[in-house]
Amino acid sequence: MTEGRPRSFYVLAIFFAAYVLFLYGPMIAIYVLSFQGPQGGLTFPMNGVSTFWIAKLFQGTGIVDLGAAFRRSLLLGVIVMIVTVVLSVAAGMAFRRKFRAQSILFYSAIASLIVPSIITSLGISLEFRIIDDLIKAHWNENFETSMGLLTSGLGAHLTWTLPFGLLIMFAIFNRFDPRLEEAARDLGATPWQTFRHVVLPIILPSVIGIGLFGFTLSWDELARSSQAIGAVNTLPLDLQGLTTTVTNPDIYALGTVISAVSFTVITLALGTIHVLNKRQAAKGSDAGKGLV
Amino acid sequence: MSEEVLQQASPGLIPGSGTARAAKPTRLSPSFISWLQAGPMMLVFLAFFLIPLAFVVIVSFWDYNEYQLLPHFSGRGYTDTFEGCLAQLPELCTIGKTYLKTLKLCFLVWAITLFIGFWVAYFLAFHVKSKTWQMGLSLLCTIPFWTSNVIRMIAWIPLLGRNGLVNSGLMKMGLINHPVEWLLFSEFSVVLALVHLFTFFMVVPIFNSMVRIDKSLIEAAYDAGASGFQTLVNVIIPLSKPGIVIGSIFVITIVMGDFITIGVMGGQQIAAAGKIIETRVNALQFPAAAANAVILLVITFLIITMMSRIVDIKKEL
Repeated sequence: MTEGRPRSFYVLAIFFAAYVLFLYGPMIAIYVLSFQGPQGGLTFPMNGVSTFWIAKLFQGTGIVDLGAAFRRSLLLGVIVMIVTVVLSVAAGMAFRRKFRAQSILFYSAIASLIVPSIITSLGISLEFRIIDDLIKAHWNENFETSMGLLTSGLGAHLTWTLPFGLLIMFAIFNRFDPRLEEAARDLGATPWQTFRHVVLPIILPSVIGIGLFGFTLSWDELARSSQAIGAVNTLPLDLQGLTTTVTNPDIYALGTVISAVSFTVITLALGTIHVLNKRQAAKGSDAGKGLV
Repeated sequence: MSEEVLQQASPGLIPGSGTARAAKPTRLSPSFISWLQAGPMMLVFLAFFLIPLAFVVIVSFWDYNEYQLLPHFSGRGYTDTFEGCLAQLPELCTIGKTYLKTLKLCFLVWAITLFIGFWVAYFLAFHVKSKTWQMGLSLLCTIPFWTSNVIRMIAWIPLLGRNGLVNSGLMKMGLINHPVEWLLFSEFSVVLALVHLFTFFMVVPIFNSMVRIDKSLIEAAYDAGASGFQTLVNVIIPLSKPGIVIGSIFVITIVMGDFITIGVMGGQQIAAAGKIIETRVNALQFPAAAANAVILLVITFLIITMMSRIVDIKKEL
């Protein structure tokens, strides 16, 4: 419109920078504080620099059984990620055609996203309690519970990750050119070959994005897990439990370790997406390569 | 995809597979394939969302005693919840006060996230011209969303605590003599943390609406002599409305049901709609918890219906 940058640019750039500082500043503060010296407290200034608190976590002498909770959260996160990717891609493909119950699935996903987590969580816990009661009454009196990490817990996490996966699939297919598939079909590709060699390579970067959402949302999930996870705790639940009692930097150390996993996964995912995009740009789509 | 899987497993099941096909002589009808593709996700929502929701409604009408559910009809979940509400009129009863407080928090967080979200999205959509920068900066806003909410709450403690950075800073500057107490474990810190956590949900949909705005419309407004402010009010805001509404629905429903942020940042002292449910569950009063969940659900649903009157959500996704 006009030459050069308008004044509003600079005002908004400062506003944006302030927002980013607001987003990251406090997080960085606790990462720094988790390297407090052994005598250090919960606030600045730093009382020496050490890995004392982080080491303490891994020795298992600290506040939580980090190892077990860590493995549980990791296991759940990976399973949620895989299920989210597979079901979202499949359902995303289905939505490209009209089918009955389409709008039921769509509204279920949206509702699952916006119905307050505590309600979903309560519902799942009631459902499993009632199932338990039925089993106890009719089949096995000594039955303990069907609630657990990979039953009710997995289900609770999926109600949170699947809507994101589906919405990302919508975004992908909104800008997907169906003529590519037609071309593959005209060349004699089976539907599976078309998917495997034409569709999947093109959407792969975004599919990794779905995986990223699947894992990170599960890894940090709290509200839905709260009532539905059963007897054991995930890492975020342990962390939340600490917020009311803790008086030393253990909690920051735990926070830093959890974040380190998140950032590793984010970096891996974004790195892979970047490489794939570059390859696509350099070589073009490898559509057709497997068809001959 | 499932059709493809079938074909891989037993080629020849579908006539013509593997050879060039002029027509589509598939035996599996397209609608059946769609069912196979969408079915698994539908089943997950059925088992872990729709049926649980139905149980919430059903159990809210059950009876209970100190330690178990009694599966016969009773309105006790609701009468316990609204206990004393009629007698105390015109004074507000506990549940009324709690909802009023929740709505107040909700409104504050909504207004602040909308303001911040709008201008952040505006900056990204209209002022950042290079696609690479736009991607990079959006990513910068998204990354915290992929990290833990609890950690992002705890992160305020070293800043806002009694001996935190803010207090010690203010005291050093001589602005205050004693540490300010209301910075942490207060409504202030709850609103601050909610804004910190959930502005993202405003930025994304508003940004999506804004990048879809045809830039020539803005130039046309400029050419026709509109001031920057007039363009904003008459062109950009109306065209960003879908994003604003979707973002608002996200933020409002999250805050209405929140019990973790309000719990952690309010020092477990602030009552809220979501916290009532948690308290009831911890007391093993499931029908009362379910009744409160139904009330919360109805109120949330009313808010969403009101907002979706303004915009057709399905069209915008």
